Amino acid sequence: MRSSLRTRHPWLVFLIRRLGRFVVSLAVVVTASFAMVHALPGDPVRAALGLMAPPETVAATRERLGLNEPLWRQYLDYLWNLLHLDLGTSLDTQTPVLEKMAQLVPATLQLGLTAFVVCLVVAIPVGLLLGIATRDGRGRGLHFGFGGVTGLALSVPDYLVAVGLVFVFAVSLKALPVAGLSGPESFVLPVTALVVGPVAYLARIVRAETQRVLGEDYIRAARAKRLPARLIYLRHALPNTLTPTLTVSGMILASMVAGTVLVENVFAWPGVGAELVHSVLAKDYPVVQAVALFFGAGILLINLAVDIVIAVIDPRSTIKES
Amino acid sequence: MSRSRARHHLSSPLGVVTVVLLLLLVATAVVAPWLFGDRATQIAGGSLQAGPSAAHPFGTDALGRDVLARTLVATRLSLVLAVLVVGIGVACGLIIGTVPVVLGRRAGRAVVAGLNLMVAFPGLLLALFLAMIFGVGARGAVLSMAIAFAPSFARLTHTTASGVANADYVSAARLLRVPRWRILTRHVVPNISEPLVVNATSQVGAALLSISALSYIGFGVQPPQYDWGRMLADGLPAIYTNPAAALAPSIMIVVAGLAFVLAGELLTQVLGGSQHGHLRMPSLRFPRREPAPAETPPPGDEVLQLERLTVTVPGETAPFAPVVDVSMRLRRGEIVGLVGESGSGKSLTAMAAAQLTSYPNVADADVHRIKGNELRRMRPRDRERLLGTSLAMVFQDPMSSLNPTLKVGRQLAEVAETHERLGRRDAWRRAVDRLSAVLITDPEARAKQYPMAFSGGMRQRASIAMGLMAQPALIVADEPTTALDVTVQKEVLGLLRRISRETDAAVLLISHDIAVVAENASRVLVMYAGRVVEELPVSGLAEAAHPYTRALIASIPDMSTDRSRPLANIPGRPPHASDLPPGCAFAPRCARADDRCRQERPELSDSGGAGAVACWHPLLPVLESEA
Repeated sequence: MRSSLRTRHPWLVFLIRRLGRFVVSLAVVVTASFAMVHALPGDPVRAALGLMAPPETVAATRERLGLNEPLWRQYLDYLWNLLHLDLGTSLDTQTPVLEKMAQLVPATLQLGLTAFVVCLVVAIPVGLLLGIATRDGRGRGLHFGFGGVTGLALSVPDYLVAVGLVFVFAVSLKALPVAGLSGPESFVLPVTALVVGPVAYLARIVRAETQRVLGEDYIRAARAKRLPARLIYLRHALPNTLTPTLTVSGMILASMVAGTVLVENVFAWPGVGAELVHSVLAKDYPVVQAVALFFGAGILLINLAVDIVIAVIDPRSTIKES
Repeated sequence: MSRSRARHHLSSPLGVVTVVLLLLLVATAVVAPWLFGDRATQIAGGSLQAGPSAAHPFGTDALGRDVLARTLVATRLSLVLAVLVVGIGVACGLIIGTVPVVLGRRAGRAVVAGLNLMVAFPGLLLALFLAMIFGVGARGAVLSMAIAFAPSFARLTHTTASGVANADYVSAARLLRVPRWRILTRHVVPNISEPLVVNATSQVGAALLSISALSYIGFGVQPPQYDWGRMLADGLPAIYTNPAAALAPSIMIVVAGLAFVLAGELLTQVLGGSQHGHLRMPSLRFPRREPAPAETPPPGDEVLQLERLTVTVPGETAPFAPVVDVSMRLRRGEIVGLVGESGSGKSLTAMAAAQLTSYPNVADADVHRIKGNELRRMRPRDRERLLGTSLAMVFQDPMSSLNPTLKVGRQLAEVAETHERLGRRDAWRRAVDRLSAVLITDPEARAKQYPMAFSGGMRQRASIAMGLMAQPALIVADEPTTALDVTVQKEVLGLLRRISRETDAAVLLISHDIAVVAENASRVLVMYAGRVVEELPVSGLAEAAHPYTRALIASIPDMSTDRSRPLANIPGRPPHASDLPPGCAFAPRCARADDRCRQERPELSDSGGAGAVACWHPLLPVLESEA
């Protein structure tokens, strides 16, 4: 029965399994964000408010945060509040965390998504062209040059690229803004800092995939049909490189999420990443929890989206999954 | 690992750079705090955040301390923290990763699922949250990074270990009831250590970058201690007054990170022994032969004329030619077989005949005419159109010669769209028609399917149909049935024969199997070591003049073969094309060979019958039957 369902509706089985995995992972992330605060050594409220805070304030805050309840009760309350989009109140600024997040999230999304799009738009054509130019061992000079340049780009982490960019464009050339989110030009340096490594990585993958695909029999068959080069590369080769490219893109997007934390700090970007650093140092736990949920759910969503897109363009992968 | 190989890799430019960098780093880490420790904490009065000067080459920091001295002294703490991270991370990863091998299947699966979830999150992000639990400071940062780093190492351990765990010697140990932990320490760990060591080495670089990042945002090393990340945090706000204070630690982080990544790469080469065999390429400025003058018009029914084809390929010491002086003529409606062992050059010949020789191989011929047109005298566009419409290829492996991401009908239709400028709908209609011509049932539905849904025989028929989209005068079929079942083979060969008969197309049928050729072709070319050694009609196969052709025929078993005796085979192996003997290439395997055969190469010449042979001592049918 199971096997017949699998063969008749591979799509349905795939979706159910994949969504199931998503829900379980999300539950783990939510629980981890709850457990994080309770794993802290000592009294989190005392730590947050400082040694000088009067005992009454600490006691009142403990009461307000529900820390005196039994643990299971606190967990259920946490889930209940989450369902009602109640993320609590910041210990630092005494404002609702949801309000705070609503201001920060758009800035981070703008930065991250712009960087991702730039990365795809640059890396895929570059990788494809280099794969074509170096197929069958052609262009040895180009091959080594590309390896060297991307190797270098991969070994400089995003926050140091950011430092270098600040030095060159803002200090030496005085050409671009170094801090804050003001206009389109304020995106240039942070986005560049975020994409240098991912572009190098993705371009390498696309090039390797292009070279592999160009060695396949069906490309030889397409050449035997005397199709113009444009059709051979775009219609016959490119679609076959997409599945691994997408898988890697998902990983890149996830790592860019971590990259935003550091890059936002270098460029004083008013986003979630900069806030995370601030709230961890200020021991503002409700905010840290909210940021953890944002990043955790974001990464799980990215992975889900990538798997579904791959399944759409490459129907074979649904069979593998189920 | 051989010692000489290690030395070879260490003396390569990569090896020298890596070793020098690592030695410099370690030396600085050991010596610098001792030499410059005082200078690094000494406060130079009156020169806060000063730019470079003679006394302070990289200027001073916010408290007026020498940046250069601090950068050098910080090497020790930065490296120690990175090594600690990897050490703790590897230890945790090793334990978590080998646990599923030791535990039962179900518990193991849960661990693996957990690891897969953890690996989805970037390590640095995990570390940022863990830093809150462990508290800010060097110890908290090291612990958070190590724990964040453990899952990916655990997964690497698990994948390598489960490969080993399924190996025969581990199964044998299990059968012998060796305790589980003993299996782990005796059999599993020693066999997975190589990839893990390589990975751990390059991870030191990654750990260095991450721990510096933590220090930079204030989660890591706290003053008065300082590592490079901390120095960057202090220097960055002053980048306008003294850029060196931010740039010096940044450059050190990059260089040190790079050194460990290179070390990992070097270890991979030394342990894995990647050998970069350097090939000598055939020159594209090959002294190309001029196409022969076209004054002798070929007979009207000749579709392929190839004279003295040579294919050159790259070799380790020099380029060599696996195909030499191959000539052939095919007339309309004729099926010609090209037979030879693998490596005899028949596939290279087929590709060259179809003008599909690909880089870095180079093909050259005196004459190469398709339907009377000398290809090298044509403009590229006309040539592509001529080849696209009158030449069809059928490849060996139908499973891989159709594009998996395009519908079968699309792959057929595009031929007509490209070469005959047919509209999409007309081209599609023709594709469906051609699919039905190769006896594919329900062609309209089949055309809409992807190759995945086709069986092997159907795919090969679809490839043939692809060739039929235009009006092929020549079909080059390179081992078209080798990858197919016996019953399907017959079907495909029958289809090729029928097409040749109905459309009057010539077929060049390449096969290693002389029986296939004997059943389907009218004429046979036998190739040995890159040359045609005999050409004869199929009817004359039994009286072939060349000892090699005779041996090929003798190796076909038939109903009358005495099954109690071993099958006839040809002793020895064909020579490699880069190392041919001066005389006849078959001489070392030939019972009739004498000194002349070994010294002088026989040319292809009239064998007296209907064919031609390249042999000093051809088997003469009359004499043989008398003997």
